[in-house]
Amino acid sequence: MTDVLDPPLVVDQPHEPDGHGNGHGGGHEAHGPTGILKWLTSTDHKVIGMSYMITSLVMFYLAGIMALFIRLQLTSPHSTLLSFNQYNELFTMHGSLMLYLFAGPFAFGGLANYIVPLQIGAPDMAFPRLNALSYWLYLTGSITMLLGFFVAGGAASFGWVAYAPLSSATSSPGIGGDVWIMALALTGFSAIFTGVNLVATTFYLRAPGMTMFRMPIFTWNMLVTGILILIAFPVLTSALIMLFCDRHFGTHIYTVTGCHLVNGAVTHTCGSPLLWQNLFWFFGHPEVYILALPFFGIVTEVLPVFSRKPVFGYKGMVFATMAIAALSTGVWAHHMFTTGAVLLPFFSFLSLLIAVPTGIKFFNWIGTMWHGQLQFTTAMLFSIGFLFAFLMGGVTGIMLASPPIDFATHDTYFVVAHFHQVLFGTAVFAGFSGLYYWYPKMYGRMLNEKLGKWHFWLMFIGFWVTFMPQYVVGLLGMPRRVASYPSNLGWQSYNIVSTVGAFIIALSFLMLLINFVVSWRNPVPAGNNPWDGHTLEWFTTSPPPHHNYTHLPPIRSERPTWDYNHPDNLTVHHGPAKSPPKEKVPVA
Amino acid sequence: MKIESVFLLFLGVFFGLVGTVYWFWSYEDGGTMMLAGTAALGFLPGLYYFFWHKRFHGKKFFFWGTAHGAGDRPSDSDDATIAEGAGVIDSFPNSSIWPFVMGMGAFFTVLGLVFGMWLAFLGVPLIITALTGVTAESRRGGHV
Amino acid sequence: MDSSLTSPSADIEGATSAISAPRARRRPLAVVGVIAASFLLTGCTLPSFGAYHGATTQGRTTFHLWQGFFVAGLVVGGFVLLLILWALIRYRKKSEEIPKQTQYHTLTEVIYTVVPIIIVVILFVFTVLAENKVDALPPTKTVIHVNAFQWGWEFDYPGGVKVIGDLTDAPTMVVPTGDNVRIYLNSLDVLHGFYVPEFNFSRYASPGYTTDFSFNVLHTGTFRGQCTQLCGLYHSLMFFNVKAITPSQYANWLQVQQAKVKADPASVPQLPTGVKNTSGNPDNPTTSGSGAYGD
Repeated sequence: MTDVLDPPLVVDQPHEPDGHGNGHGGGHEAHGPTGILKWLTSTDHKVIGMSYMITSLVMFYLAGIMALFIRLQLTSPHSTLLSFNQYNELFTMHGSLMLYLFAGPFAFGGLANYIVPLQIGAPDMAFPRLNALSYWLYLTGSITMLLGFFVAGGAASFGWVAYAPLSSATSSPGIGGDVWIMALALTGFSAIFTGVNLVATTFYLRAPGMTMFRMPIFTWNMLVTGILILIAFPVLTSALIMLFCDRHFGTHIYTVTGCHLVNGAVTHTCGSPLLWQNLFWFFGHPEVYILALPFFGIVTEVLPVFSRKPVFGYKGMVFATMAIAALSTGVWAHHMFTTGAVLLPFFSFLSLLIAVPTGIKFFNWIGTMWHGQLQFTTAMLFSIGFLFAFLMGGVTGIMLASPPIDFATHDTYFVVAHFHQVLFGTAVFAGFSGLYYWYPKMYGRMLNEKLGKWHFWLMFIGFWVTFMPQYVVGLLGMPRRVASYPSNLGWQSYNIVSTVGAFIIALSFLMLLINFVVSWRNPVPAGNNPWDGHTLEWFTTSPPPHHNYTHLPPIRSERPTWDYNHPDNLTVHHGPAKSPPKEKVPVA
Repeated sequence: MKIESVFLLFLGVFFGLVGTVYWFWSYEDGGTMMLAGTAALGFLPGLYYFFWHKRFHGKKFFFWGTAHGAGDRPSDSDDATIAEGAGVIDSFPNSSIWPFVMGMGAFFTVLGLVFGMWLAFLGVPLIITALTGVTAESRRGGHV
Repeated sequence: MDSSLTSPSADIEGATSAISAPRARRRPLAVVGVIAASFLLTGCTLPSFGAYHGATTQGRTTFHLWQGFFVAGLVVGGFVLLLILWALIRYRKKSEEIPKQTQYHTLTEVIYTVVPIIIVVILFVFTVLAENKVDALPPTKTVIHVNAFQWGWEFDYPGGVKVIGDLTDAPTMVVPTGDNVRIYLNSLDVLHGFYVPEFNFSRYASPGYTTDFSFNVLHTGTFRGQCTQLCGLYHSLMFFNVKAITPSQYANWLQVQQAKVKADPASVPQLPTGVKNTSGNPDNPTTSGSGAYGD
């Protein structure tokens, strides 16, 4: 059934009782299918967003268990817990699940789908059925990826980056590799469609008065993420199609083995492994910013609310996000410094330069907290944890942007520690911050704060215990993706400490599961706005009604709900100087 | 539409510049093509929004010319009231089976590429059915 | 009804805040700190911060760059960390009073945009200087061709001398100290990584094009090496060693090896069964790939 919608009522106009053509905003119950058919056919962005979040959290737990096995294997130098092939499969799938099936989908498929229409006052995303298709492609893609464990030859074992020629048919002959490629084809299209939806929704469906420069920063970040998705994912899909052709149709796009040689020398009829790296990383580097930017957005939502201040430097934040996105598309070959075949100064300079807009964001976050009234709720704690993690992760990233330092540390545990700091800091810390922050809005009940704090502190401690030793052992020379290591180099003690940290992190996740159960059993109603939130989504009920809004406040700044609740502490509106508005709100 | 077009045109110009610098510095084909493609990705919608903005605002030269505020959509106007958004917002197809069918069709088709083309005989008809169904649904404004 | 909803409060406009002065004062300190740190790149008194000192001249250069970056990271990261900690402690919630709703402060924002750009440019300059030294290719007569394969290494010296080793015995590359050793690196099948931790250096071995680099070992010794790019099942076990001996010892060793090859050509070690050069690279090329695609 298609809904033809009337817009929500103005907050101060008299509200007529139901039945007077007030459209579908009256909160009446949905007609149409019920039960499982309702879930299969729903195009409501809230249902789709929730499905994405639950599925991606399941992927997260699965990938986490794989990580535990990896860490267990590395506690002793020549462990026999896993065979070499199993180990290679595990780190390939751990990386693939975390990056392709958890971090991205949770952010742009889950939270963004749920929150962005709410934040701009829209009834749904611009293309609801396309949105639903995105979810089904994601779910089937995830199933396909996990199928790899059940096929002959096992799952893909060539790393989440699938470098050619290791991923070719001669070096990785099993079906597992093909299953991996197809999983990414499905999830890639899922992401592209979500990107289209995000951009179209923010461009076309903003409520009256919600100009671009009044959108919350989370929505801005999702807009930029949407465009990055459109830039990056088609390149991956094309590269994957070509890889599949190499594996099955006899082409030599990436491989040189068996291709035509002239006088013993490689000719242009042969392929190039370097081409795969260029294509993959042109996707791969924007991909990590696709993963990071939504979580930056979450932090920029949480910090102001629990500092009771607006975002410091709103416009700076917007421009910094755009700068990060633009620069991130130009740095791909910093993953290829050690090939000896890339233009080092170009990529090094742009990589170092990304520190500038990221630094601007950091200072803006600090500025937001400065002179505030900080309230250390669980959501706030997780955002602060993100700040610490990303600060150090970012500094080590600057080190890696310098080719000579990269030569010494590339493919060692130094890099592993770096990217886990930034990814864990964003996807996990900031992600959970968003979860604890928006859970009351989505479910109408609060999560238990005490358990939340246990979750945070265990995770925070476990995080540092896991990854600090990895920096050290990487500098000592331990390469990554190794199932065993020499016993006489003193690396074992660091690995043991790291494994202990991993299990502390695992324990913290148990706290989250317990929290879900406990707060469901003993619900504490949340109300519309338990946190005194600033942005539009806190104006509507928890959970929001069908098509989101029955009433909307006037939108005169980036904090419409705050302005409505705190008329003597209004936010300065953004945009060029205005003449007095056309009409005043009627006096009640 | 001004900010949207500026944003996208900025991307086009930025990647045009970066791509040009990159080509003349490295003479490397792959990266240059990808940067050129990204510039095109910025210019294409950016120019579309730019021309739309011009048409609505009667601008004489790029973004400058006539009074600001003429022809702004309510969502682009700083002073807009909620009541200005009155009228039909859009149509939002609700509760449709076709995305699920399409998803299953895509799933079986790609599995067919891996496990055997017989699966594609299941997947491709599902995709075609879904495409037909979605189009019919849109035209009728509801369930098929 | 409160009609102030319809017009912004004038006193919020461009609110200056007391934070600007002390923060603006701290900015130049950060810049000075970084510049001072960079002067310490001679590194004579700095700790190693966990990295190897570098057994080659290139490795030594990289080590000093690392020290400089580490100090810069400490200064900048430490400064930001202190700011965060200060905010967390000093601005804990004390009452229900709504704090001043500062939204921007242009001078501060400009400063923390410009200063990081300056820092980045300084880091980039030092990077380029070190990079030119590390990647320099001085002409030399000491040339070794390295072929990586699944799962071992082949070192080819002039005169048909080959050293080949695989999983069961790691091969040793014998090199002279104090001389520019030129390595031409190839792979026979998939990507591998030639990594010597104590040289602070690694390079991919790629099928399809040859890459070369040069190093100059500072003192005698044996340095372990390992494959650092995932290359399949036994990637973890692809070890090798680099043994640096004095130039006269090296000349002797090479002569002896070349004589052996001449006397008994059949004694030259072969690649393990099943491994052959399928990379399309000609054996022992003397040029490296000039472009990305090994033209």
